Amino acid sequence: MSKRIVIDPVTRIEGHAKISIYMDDAGNVADAEFHVVEFRGFEKFCEGRPYSEMPGITQRICGICPVSHTLASAKAGDAIMSVSIPPAADKLRRLMNLGQFVQSHALSFFHLSAPDFLLGWDTPPASRNVFGIIAANADLARAGIRLRQFGQEIIEILGAKKVHPAWAVPGGVRSSLTPEGRARIKAWLPEAFATTKVAFDLWKKTMKTHGREIQIFGNFPSLFMGLVAPDGTWEHHGGKLRFTDSSGSIIADQVDVANYKDYIGESVQNSSYLKSPYYLPLGFPDGIYRVGPLARLNVAEQMGVPKADAELKLFKKLGRGAVTSSFLYHYARLIEILACLEYIERYMDDPELSSDYLRADAGINCLRGVGASEAPRGTLFHDYTVDRDGLLKGVNLIVATGQNNLAMNQTVAQIARYYVKGNEIKEAMLNRVEHGIRCYDPCLSCSTHAVGQMPLHIQLIAPDGQVLDEKMRG
Amino acid sequence: MERLKIATVWLGGCAGCHMSFLDLDEFLVDIADKIQVVYSPIADVKEYPEGVDVCLIEGAVCNEDNLELIHKIRARTKVLVSFGDCAVTANVPAMRNQFGLGNAESVLQRAYIDNAQYNPVIPKADGIVPKLLERVLPVHETVKVELYLPGCPPPADRIKALLGQVLAGQTPKLEGTQLKFG
Ligand code: SF4
Repeated sequence: MSKRIVIDPVTRIEGHAKISIYMDDAGNVADAEFHVVEFRGFEKFCEGRPYSEMPGITQRICGICPVSHTLASAKAGDAIMSVSIPPAADKLRRLMNLGQFVQSHALSFFHLSAPDFLLGWDTPPASRNVFGIIAANADLARAGIRLRQFGQEIIEILGAKKVHPAWAVPGGVRSSLTPEGRARIKAWLPEAFATTKVAFDLWKKTMKTHGREIQIFGNFPSLFMGLVAPDGTWEHHGGKLRFTDSSGSIIADQVDVANYKDYIGESVQNSSYLKSPYYLPLGFPDGIYRVGPLARLNVAEQMGVPKADAELKLFKKLGRGAVTSSFLYHYARLIEILACLEYIERYMDDPELSSDYLRADAGINCLRGVGASEAPRGTLFHDYTVDRDGLLKGVNLIVATGQNNLAMNQTVAQIARYYVKGNEIKEAMLNRVEHGIRCYDPCLSCSTHAVGQMPLHIQLIAPDGQVLDEKMRG
Repeated sequence: MERLKIATVWLGGCAGCHMSFLDLDEFLVDIADKIQVVYSPIADVKEYPEGVDVCLIEGAVCNEDNLELIHKIRARTKVLVSFGDCAVTANVPAMRNQFGLGNAESVLQRAYIDNAQYNPVIPKADGIVPKLLERVLPVHETVKVELYLPGCPPPADRIKALLGQVLAGQTPKLEGTQLKFG
């Protein structure tokens, strides 16, 4: 391989990463690699802490989806105590998770990705961001900001804080939904539905003008994984694992999350702090699978709520078998926002969410506990081993973004192959390559339980190490 | 009026402080014509510019890339704000410091050797993955910091109070409940 192009850092994703594009002698793209460049070491430094502290510590892995970590961690704690939690606590945890899906998906769509397809790939970098959207369409920006705010407020109403609420605990939750909180959520719902409709209209126009992106932004066969209910309905907190292939056939179903290690292996790459999980029965790297909105909609048979189900039908028509284009993660994300709003609406009429029976109590009954939950970006696993006093002896975390690592690498290579030709580096081309990553909405603070930032620095490097061409962005 | 040039950076943190910044919600729209975000993970500028007025720094200094960037930021910025507990005290990322010398190796060993089934190896591709520092450091142990904004994360109100005072040309002063950690 004669040359390497580096994009550094990849921006408007939630974390820090670099991309290398390797060129062959003919000036064509040979391969591409996505590198995650920071690491914090949670799996080790949590050892010795009591398992009950973990929902508080592990949510500091990620401020974008702290709720996912705190819930998966609490679930692992439930398993260590071997309790089933009170029904109200389960519903309240679910409500908080729904709020988190709304805020995180709204952030991905409006703040991070829309600048590309609304303002255009070739907009100057200085205005290609949420402030550019504020300048171009203040009403839309405000609506998007408020949709994210709605999700954040649900989290705050339940947990007293928008980021890192100390609320979910092994055995249940600390507090229920207050009447004021219920009234506030209810009053806000119509606006949230209206904004979602605006987003759908915008997205459907985008699909008409972005046929090429649908074709080449991560469009390839792979497996898909997500949690489903016993009848195959979309799940976000609870249920069991299902794997399907790109023809849409189920290859493993109703897998208990505690047995994840029989299905998922983890591989390491020398050039990234992001590990690559793979489907163990197929081995590495054939066991490539995707998680997150696209995968969840591929594995689910229905959403379980009417408006989102109508959209799911349209969505499923976009694939033969599974929907395989990662550009359609954006679409899947909107369908999930809609489903979440419908589920939130249902909960608003459920008196149980005001119950004061919120916590099961027990000692250490099991020395290992696995908790899984769907994070906005995909399935999240927390696996703890404890001693008889409940102090942690071992921690293994498999986060959503890691599971898309292999797919992100393929996506970058596919886009680069199409746009990178010869020795010329075009800024707009690079933004497209980065958008390929943005489709997955990767959360890199999670993925490496980790995060550095440097300028965009692209180099074409000859086999002898000589720099042939160089560009900086800033 | 010249718009205030603001930068936000993300070192070893969880993005939670940035999420709290976004929790300013519509206040962001309201101040959009008074500030200019010249560098941020939510924007596309890749090179930290010269002449930045205020920089909010999230996260602790964990690796060589963080260290190089923080010195560049210091040289190009008037006011540095340690933004959130990780920047102020090193907080959660510094939990690995408890293992003393060799802690970087032991955390890497657990993640990439013990907890891997295929190709267990510690990532160290030259010039790509930065080396971890021997100790995780709060920002002020590496460069001079003007202001501290505590909280994990600092709630949006606290950020608003600070930005409001800066925009009004005052030297920010946080008091009472605005000074809580955690
Ligand atoms: S201070 Fe808290 S919220 Fe901010 S980066 Fe650190 S852990 Fe995250």
